[in-house]
This record gives sequence, structure tokens and C-alpha cells, in this order.
Amino acid sequence: MMPDIHYAAILPELCLVVFGLGHLMLSFTVREENKGSLAAMAILILAVAGATMIPLWNHPVVTFAGSYAVDNFALFFKWVFLLAAVLAILHSGSYLRQEGMEHGEYYTLLLFAVLGMMVMASARDLMVVYVGLELMSITFYCLVGYLRGRLGSNEAALKYFILGAFSSAFLLYGFSLIYGITGTTSIAGIHTFLAAHPEAMAAPLALAIVMVIVGLGFKVSMVPFHFWSPDVYTGAPTPVTAFLSVGSEAAAFAAILRIFVSGLSGQSELWTGLVTALAVITMTVGNLMAIQQRDVKRMLAYSSVTHAGYILVGVVVGGSVGSATVMFYMLSYAFMNVGAFGVVAALNRTDGREGSNLDHFAGLAKLHPALAAVMLMLMLSLAGIPPTAGFFGKFYIFMGAVKANLIWLAIIGMLNSAVSAYYYLRVAVYMYMREPEGEPQVMVPVSMRWSLAASIIGIFGLGLFPDAVLALARASAAAF
Amino acid sequence: MSGPIPLQWPLALSALLFTLGVVGVLTRRNMIQVFMSLELMLNAVNLNLVAFARHSESITGQVFVLFVFTVAAAEAAVGLAIIIAFYRNKQTLNVDEFNLLKW
Amino acid sequence: MEYSGLLIFALFAAGFAGLIWLLGVPFGPRVRLGYKEQPVECGKTPFDLPSGRFDVKFYMVAILFVVFDVEMMFLYPWATLFRKLGLFAFAEMMVFLAVLGVGLAYAWRRGALNWD
Repeated sequence: MMPDIHYAAILPELCLVVFGLGHLMLSFTVREENKGSLAAMAILILAVAGATMIPLWNHPVVTFAGSYAVDNFALFFKWVFLLAAVLAILHSGSYLRQEGMEHGEYYTLLLFAVLGMMVMASARDLMVVYVGLELMSITFYCLVGYLRGRLGSNEAALKYFILGAFSSAFLLYGFSLIYGITGTTSIAGIHTFLAAHPEAMAAPLALAIVMVIVGLGFKVSMVPFHFWSPDVYTGAPTPVTAFLSVGSEAAAFAAILRIFVSGLSGQSELWTGLVTALAVITMTVGNLMAIQQRDVKRMLAYSSVTHAGYILVGVVVGGSVGSATVMFYMLSYAFMNVGAFGVVAALNRTDGREGSNLDHFAGLAKLHPALAAVMLMLMLSLAGIPPTAGFFGKFYIFMGAVKANLIWLAIIGMLNSAVSAYYYLRVAVYMYMREPEGEPQVMVPVSMRWSLAASIIGIFGLGLFPDAVLALARASAAAF
Repeated sequence: MSGPIPLQWPLALSALLFTLGVVGVLTRRNMIQVFMSLELMLNAVNLNLVAFARHSESITGQVFVLFVFTVAAAEAAVGLAIIIAFYRNKQTLNVDEFNLLKW
Repeated sequence: MEYSGLLIFALFAAGFAGLIWLLGVPFGPRVRLGYKEQPVECGKTPFDLPSGRFDVKFYMVAILFVVFDVEMMFLYPWATLFRKLGLFAFAEMMVFLAVLGVGLAYAWRRGALNWD
């Protein structure tokens, strides 16, 4: 009896499993002085996985009895995950070496986190969503606590673990209710059932939807489930923070789009109101908190809460238009957020002092003009100033809202965006208008330079040719 | 008393267990107790899934339970490891001692 | 009726265990000493209460046990339907076990199985 499995379609995932396990075993044989090759191997594995996805483009396949879809929507997200992972790995090597913690497990865990995200992006069944989500989350619990000799890292991991497990229990309870109401866990099956029985169990279904929003809202650090993010982002090793902030958020948004915009589209009156309110609260609260932070890592954590709020506007708009804007935003977010945390990682390690306080950025323009310029461009992009990727990401999302007759929502978003410019540009003010304290040496390792250069190219590439990428995203979103 | 147990009974029990778990996570101060409350929540979900599977005579719910169990085991292993690492550095498991990063 | 054997077995087992237990009352030796009243009465005075700390080695074993033991749960449905599922499921289960084997090999290499 041969089950329905399309092996070519899951080749990227197979690649990550086989080579990821191989990487783990091989890491025992790598000698201390060659530890750098571990990162190179991990990047090679990710590149191979990315290459195996190219022939799958425009050939949508649904396999594993309808529970796993390899369509353009999934592939777009998978490339975003791979990109964020490669950029984060380039930041990791020298950071870990300085901590004396460059072991093979780090990269293996990172590869399996990517695998979990890929499974989430392709999942067309609640069970598969759950397994992918947990594969990603459990590896992230380990990665956040990776610096096990450091209390900050321990505490962040413990906090992330407890709140993460708490939220996934809510998610599961919601899933179990949906299964009870519809009798199936297939997202397509749920859609069909609810289309045939539009009035079925509105009250339990509303409860289930709220619980699923709690569970996934935690992963995208939506207010009021964002309490973990500033602490976890600050306590985790900075390259992990960079990857966590982009990868986990993108994967959760992929699942949200699949479940809500595709599966529960007929029940939109049950969730759009709630998600709209949460979007407004999320961006506003994130902004208000970010303004007060003097620690750049913490400020970036709150700023990613704010960005989750903007992206939720795209979810509210819904349909293929809204989904495409979310996808474009995630891609640009991968470039700018990994880059911004990367600058923090670079500065953190060579300054000789611990921490990522705003004061450490004072006079950076004199100490290391190139690094300051990179940070300036990243901050401009995060603030949404043209011609950067960040500007077009927000522009498309708010245009989508305007077209969907949610003009007030777009206005709130734009006001928030204007406020956010204050704390992003404050970093620039510190870098360019303050004198440095002492004469700390700032040296950026070569691999970090590559990663930062890729981020800058990405930001301006998306900023100069946004239409082409948006068209790509739209074509991907149309099919799912 | 004969015939099958009505669906409401296991659902009510599951809701009760889930609530107890939530309250436990929010009020307990010891890490291990918080951890046990989390497992209680997951088992409430399992009860739900099994009850629905029995009611709708579909096997999916039972398969889901298998996955929830195994994932919960992996989660428990990682959680315990994190708790041990934390304990080694801090020598306490009290949530109130989390003061390096604000809770 | 097909389960009647099970019932008889259960009754027999319970009866036999009960009999042995009851026989101990008249025939067993009876010593009343101070240390027999203590929670741990195997001849050694307890040096610590059970509520005290356990060595971290026990946690290591517990963690490994939980993971590998619970993964075995997937073997049960497979084993009950083994004949129906055929060769493909057999190969698939071997792949699953191989992945677990890699995990075990990793734990071994890292010294998680060493007691000292």
C-alpha cells in the first residue's frame, strides 16, 4: 500500500532533515580550529534546500492526502525563512566564538527551526500546523537558552518556554474545538463544512477562534500577548534574536493566513472585528513602549511588536491582496530586522563592554563610519522612509486598507509610523551628533559584513523595484 | 445507567481541567508546579480530542492525541533541561526570583 | 465471552497474591525496632528527607527516558496494523527509528548516558 506522497515536492524539507542530522553527527569530527566550517556547512545546506525549491515554482502540489501544500505561497515564505536563516548564521559565527560557545548543535537547531517554519508554511491541516509550530518553538527554546552559562539567557529561555507552552495549549484547545465542530482538521475540509453549515455552532466557533488567535498571536507578539518578547529578545544571543524576530513571526503569519484568510474566510464577521482592534492596540502599545527604551535591543523588540500590528492590518484586509502585502512586508522585514540586530551584535562584541545601550552608539559615525551608515539606512527603512523596502512594505499594506474601505485604519497606521520615526532616528542622532566615550575599537568581522551588505542590498533592491516583487507576491497569494 | 456517556460530560471535565491548568500556571510560584499545570492543560485538550473522535466516529482526533503526547514529551524534556540550567546558575526555582529581566 | 479468560486470570492473580499476603500474617517474623518505624527502613538511618535535592544525573536519565519512551507510542498503531500496512509502512517505521537512533547516538557521544 503506497500512500500519496509527492517526494519531489518535499525535497527541500527532506534535504534539511537528512543534512541537518548529518551536520549534527559531523560536528563531532570537526576540530576546534575548524569550527568556522560548521557555519559554512549550514549555509550550504540552506542554499541546497533553496535551490531544490526553484523547480517547484508555479507547479503547485498538494500531497500527504491533502494536508501538505507546496504552492507558490508556501515557497515564497520558505525563501524568506531561508534568507533570514542565512543572514542570521553569518552573524552567528564570530558572536559565538567570542562567547566560547561555537558548537555544531547551534547550527543544527537553527536548521530544524527552519524546517518547522517550512512545515507551517505548507500546512493545510491543523495537525500539521501544530507539529510545525512545535518543531519551531522547541528548537527556539533551546536556541534562546543557548548561552547556558549566562543567567540572562537562562531566564529568557525559561520565560519563553513557559509562555510559549501556555499559548500553544490555548492554540490546541482552539484546534480541538474546531475539530469537534467540523469533524475534520483539514483546513479545506473546515472551509467546506462551514460553507455548508453557515450557522453551525457560532458560539463555540467564536470561542475556538479566540483561542487560536491567542495561540498564534503569542507567536507574532501581538498585544496583549507580547509580554515575553522584550525580555526574550534581550536575553537571547543576538543572532538568535535576529532570526527569532523574523522567522517565528513570518511562520506564524503564514499559518494565520492559511487558517483565517483561507479556512475561515466565510466566518470573517467572527474574527475581523477582533483582529482589527488587536492590530490598532498592537501598533500603538508597541510604539509607546519603544519610545521609552534606552536599550537598543529592547527598543527593537518593541518595534517588532509595532510591525506585527502593521502586518495584522494586511491580515484584516484579507484575500489575495492583503496576503500579498503581508508577504512583501515579511520579505522586507527579513532584510531590515536581521540587519538591525546584526549591527547590535557587531557592536556588542567588539566594544569591550556588555550591553546594547543607546550610549554605546554615541559617536559611532567617528569610530566606524561604515557601520554607522549601515545602521542609519536600516533605521530609515524600519521607520518607513523612501526609497527603502520598509516604506513600500507599509505603503502597500495601508493602500490595501484604503482600497478595502478601512481608511481610518490606514490613518492610524500612518500616524503610528510617524511616531515610530522618533525612536529610530534617535539612534541616528546618537551615532552622528554625540561624541564617543573613550576610544573603543569597533571591528566588524568579515561574515557580518557580508550579511549587513546583503541586508542593505535587499532594502534598496526592494525599494527600487517594489512592483516586481509585489507582483510576485500577488501571483503567489492568488493560488493558495 | 446505560448507553454511551453523553458528549457534554468529557467536555465539561476537559474545560474544568483546562481552567485548573490556566489558574495553576498563573498563580503557582514554583517552576515545577507551573510545568505540571501546563501538562494538565495539554491533557485537557487530549480529553477533548478523544471525546470528539468518539462522538464523530472519526479517527483523526485520536491520531492528533498521539502527536500532542509526543510533542508534549519533547517539550517537557527541553523544559526540564532549561529549568536545570536555570537552577545551576541561580539556585532557585521561584518565579519571583526572575528579576534580571522584568517579568 | 472471549474476555472470560482474562477475568479468570485476574481473579486467580488477585486470589494468589491475597493468599500469600495473608499467609505472612501468622507465619512471618515480627520485629519491632526503632528504625523499622522510619520512612526508609532498610537497615540504614536516612541521612536526608526525600523532599531534599536529587542529583542532576537523575534528571538527565529522566529527560532521555521521557523522550525515547513516548516516541515509542507511534509503534503501537503501526504494530497492530502491521500486516495490513505492509512493506512501505515497515520501511517508514525503520526511517523513524533511524532518526531516533541518530538522537540516541548524539546523546551517547555527548556523554549523556555516562553515570559518572
